[in-house]
Amino acid sequence: MNAWQFLVSHRAEVLLATRDHLVLVLISMAVAIAIGLPVGLLIVGRPRLRAVALAFASILQTIPSLALFGFLIPLPFIGGIGAHTAIIALVLYALLPILRNTYVGLTGVDPAILEAAEGMGMTENQILFRVRLPLASSVILAGIRTATVITIGVATIAAAIGAGGLGIFIFRGVAMVSDAVILAGAIPAALLALLADLLIGLLERRLRVAA
Amino acid sequence: MLTLRRERCQLETNAKISYVLNPIIEFRHVEYQISTNSARRMILSGISLEIHGGETIALLGRSGSGKTSLLKLINGLRQSSAGTIFVEGRDLSDWDPIRLRRGIGYVIQEIGLFPHLTVRENVCLVPTLESWPADRLSSRYIEVMQAVGLAPAEFSSRFPRELSGGQRQRVGVARALAADPKILLMDEPFGAVDPVTRAELQREFLSLARRMAKTVVLVTHDVREALLLATRIVLLDRGQIVAEASPDQFVRLDSPIAREFLAAAELNAGARA
Repeated sequence: MNAWQFLVSHRAEVLLATRDHLVLVLISMAVAIAIGLPVGLLIVGRPRLRAVALAFASILQTIPSLALFGFLIPLPFIGGIGAHTAIIALVLYALLPILRNTYVGLTGVDPAILEAAEGMGMTENQILFRVRLPLASSVILAGIRTATVITIGVATIAAAIGAGGLGIFIFRGVAMVSDAVILAGAIPAALLALLADLLIGLLERRLRVAA
Repeated sequence: MLTLRRERCQLETNAKISYVLNPIIEFRHVEYQISTNSARRMILSGISLEIHGGETIALLGRSGSGKTSLLKLINGLRQSSAGTIFVEGRDLSDWDPIRLRRGIGYVIQEIGLFPHLTVRENVCLVPTLESWPADRLSSRYIEVMQAVGLAPAEFSSRFPRELSGGQRQRVGVARALAADPKILLMDEPFGAVDPVTRAELQREFLSLARRMAKTVVLVTHDVREALLLATRIVLLDRGQIVAEASPDQFVRLDSPIAREFLAAAELNAGARA
């Protein structure tokens, strides 16, 4: 049986796994953005906190993903088998690109523009929300785009700790030594990554033109 | 040229009339220094200067003479290290910096326009922050755009990147005028355009300053611009005021620095007349 035949005959199962995969990615990205964006804002004027936060996020990124899932399993409260452990690992992976790009975007705004804003009597909050963030938005979105593509890929490993998703087919295919089954997981995952990259990229270009 | 001189005369008369009042901006023995890695560097020292309502003051000096720092002391973008600065009779330290700045128009080179905002959003920024009602915003937008010679409707939704250099400078002036401030600070506002556009903008500025009766402090390194636009020229060198004179007196000054400026621009008392 080739990959196409497998996909057609198991389409309901593949669709269900794709949905689980998407849910994993969306929840993880929402949490990662909810943490990465404010922390990115916070570290702009705090060099010491910046060093610690960026170092922490960089170290997380160096841990092999399968190992990170493994490390989390025995931990109380956050560990164990299932989707919530996978989400924690995915969030930790997605943090670095979001955090770094938020910081780079915010600090990359032309100082002359910021001084003009200050000279016109804008408050710090107004400068942040009306000038800095809009001008940094395309760079921040580029970080979110990178993080999303990474998360879609890494989420396939989440199946190893019982979180479901498209990784189920990949692990099953490896066990069965069947390319067709591996591809039934790998192709939809790759398509999802391409689609996310394309859509966020379009939005990013739009924001860049506006800025 | 004749019209220009007449407009300048009118400007000088306006300034003289308001001279009897207290100065609108006053520097008393002001110093400004900055800390670099290990040392403190004096940028301005011994600055005492009175600026009266309706005057157009040109701060003239070479690069690094401290003229832009002096300008930024007025709206609190820089803080003096000694001495006192009064704006509208109040010590600068008693002003809420946000209130102070919203009452002062600020024009810097074209880079100061916000690239993500349209012309209208740029122009109406301070009135919007001040929560003006929509109809007042609209009428003020039209008024200031017309004052700087731009069609309000045509430019409304354009972004700064879609404008020529001269148009951007005009939008910059319109934005500074929008909240109807008494004081206008201009940092080389006509710097980034070609000579023809520059002359045109200068002419328009003169007639605008005459009509609107603003107090203007203008930073320039161009002695021609200072002579053309100012009612008084304040010459700075290495952080100190070395001369203060009306344009007519300025061309006759003996100060070697003033002579250097005039010589560089090939101007003298005879040539100007």
